[in-house]
Amino acid sequence: MSSSKNETENPAVDGSELIRFDKVTKRYGSNVVLDQLDFSVNSGKHITLIGPSGSGKTTILRALMTLVKPEEGTIKVSGQYLFHEEKDGKLVDAGESHIREVRKNIGMVFQQFNLFPNMKVLRNITEAPVHVLGLDKDEADERARELLELVGLTEHLDKYPSQLSGGQQQRVAIARALAMRPQILLLDEVTSALDPELVAGVLDLLRDIARSTDITMLCVTHEMGFARDISDDVLMFNEGKVIESGAPEKIFSEPEHERTREFLSAVL
Amino acid sequence: MMTSKFFFEWFLPGIWITIQVLVYSAVLAGVVSFVIGTLRTSRFWIVRFLAGTYFEIFRGMSALIMMFWMAFVVPLMLGWQFVPMFSGVLALGLTYGAYGSEIVRGALAAVPPAQREAGIALSFTRMQRLRRIELPQAWPEMVPPFNNLLIELMKGTALVSVITVADMTFAGNLVRLSKNESMPIYTLLLVLYFVLAFILTRGMRMLERKAKAGVGRAPEGRTILTRKLSPKGELDQARAGTAGAGGAG
Repeated sequence: MSSSKNETENPAVDGSELIRFDKVTKRYGSNVVLDQLDFSVNSGKHITLIGPSGSGKTTILRALMTLVKPEEGTIKVSGQYLFHEEKDGKLVDAGESHIREVRKNIGMVFQQFNLFPNMKVLRNITEAPVHVLGLDKDEADERARELLELVGLTEHLDKYPSQLSGGQQQRVAIARALAMRPQILLLDEVTSALDPELVAGVLDLLRDIARSTDITMLCVTHEMGFARDISDDVLMFNEGKVIESGAPEKIFSEPEHERTREFLSAVL
Repeated sequence: MMTSKFFFEWFLPGIWITIQVLVYSAVLAGVVSFVIGTLRTSRFWIVRFLAGTYFEIFRGMSALIMMFWMAFVVPLMLGWQFVPMFSGVLALGLTYGAYGSEIVRGALAAVPPAQREAGIALSFTRMQRLRRIELPQAWPEMVPPFNNLLIELMKGTALVSVITVADMTFAGNLVRLSKNESMPIYTLLLVLYFVLAFILTRGMRMLERKAKAGVGRAPEGRTILTRKLSPKGELDQARAGTAGAGGAG
């Protein structure tokens, strides 16, 4: 661990391997989205996934969140298989409760926020801690209020999501994901649906979170400046494979792969 | 058209019976709607198939014939019989519940898939997602079609009169038989059914507003009694407010 992250309290953050994809393949019909994909992420790292659309970046996040199930290969999170269980030395498809248990380590923020419109802001944040983690109501409320303060929305806790702007909704969504105290936070193009003027605020918040917590982040984004700021590593995807990876300085200034150069010159 | 004795002994109790049949069968139909409608979205094909079979069968059966069946066939088969009102409520509740299940299924299907994904991302179980996310969001979409169905059901309660349940239609028939007068009594019945339908609709409108407010889609607190503040009224209030403030200052 770098010493700059001095607020380290989580013993799980020791730089060891937290996520491992092993020969993961996902197809939609004849379209191969992830192609025998191997990669791993160490705990506490901030990883940005870049690449042309359709290259499989978002599918990786969705697979980690168990929203899509790969046809082949295995995914491990904190040493546990995500979609599989070991029985009598053999790997079998995992049951719903096993998947849910492993998944509790993971939080996700979506492009379209996906707040629950039937709950006010505070309850959006407390609902899962209360009913999934079993926190008591007061504790969950307190945690939610702290998070709302972090995202700067304390005065909106009694509003419905429909009464908030896109940027505010996305901040609530970030607070909601953090309330579960995940080890891993998945950010799926979280600013793509926002008005340009609201983007900076959300990115600043995420920079803050990246700096001040130990959460491992996987981030799909088109905001290259942001990627450069927060990333320990950048993975360049093309056609379901990682074609290049490395520190952001290296990837952005001297990419090795022709495809990466093309992509970067198109988006920068 | 009817004596006051008849009115108090048959007609008023008949109205009360109609309301009872309506309430019981609406509750049964509601339960059936939600249970069957939800099961029809199950991930297990066998559950979907069985619930779908129920829906197809009961949607396709005449509530009247089913009442006859329960009132006249069941005693022959089993050697005992249902209380007539029970037969009526059962037949109405099961058939209208089949229609209602389609409303519930459709409204659940209209909840954006992204909501399900957000629920998964927070590790809710299937049941929790259904109860806390999907059904509450589907609910405002269900209320208007449920209003229609409730009114259909209310009018359908007149069927129970043919299996000797003494509802208000039954009392009306008695008047016709004893006095040989049709016009006044049946006109009165038409009006009564309409009044009931109107009351139900007002109630369901309130429910709809409340349901929409519950997902942040409409202002809360508007009821049938305080429906509209005229622009002038609001203006007066605003003026009173500023005047008060001015006075205090």
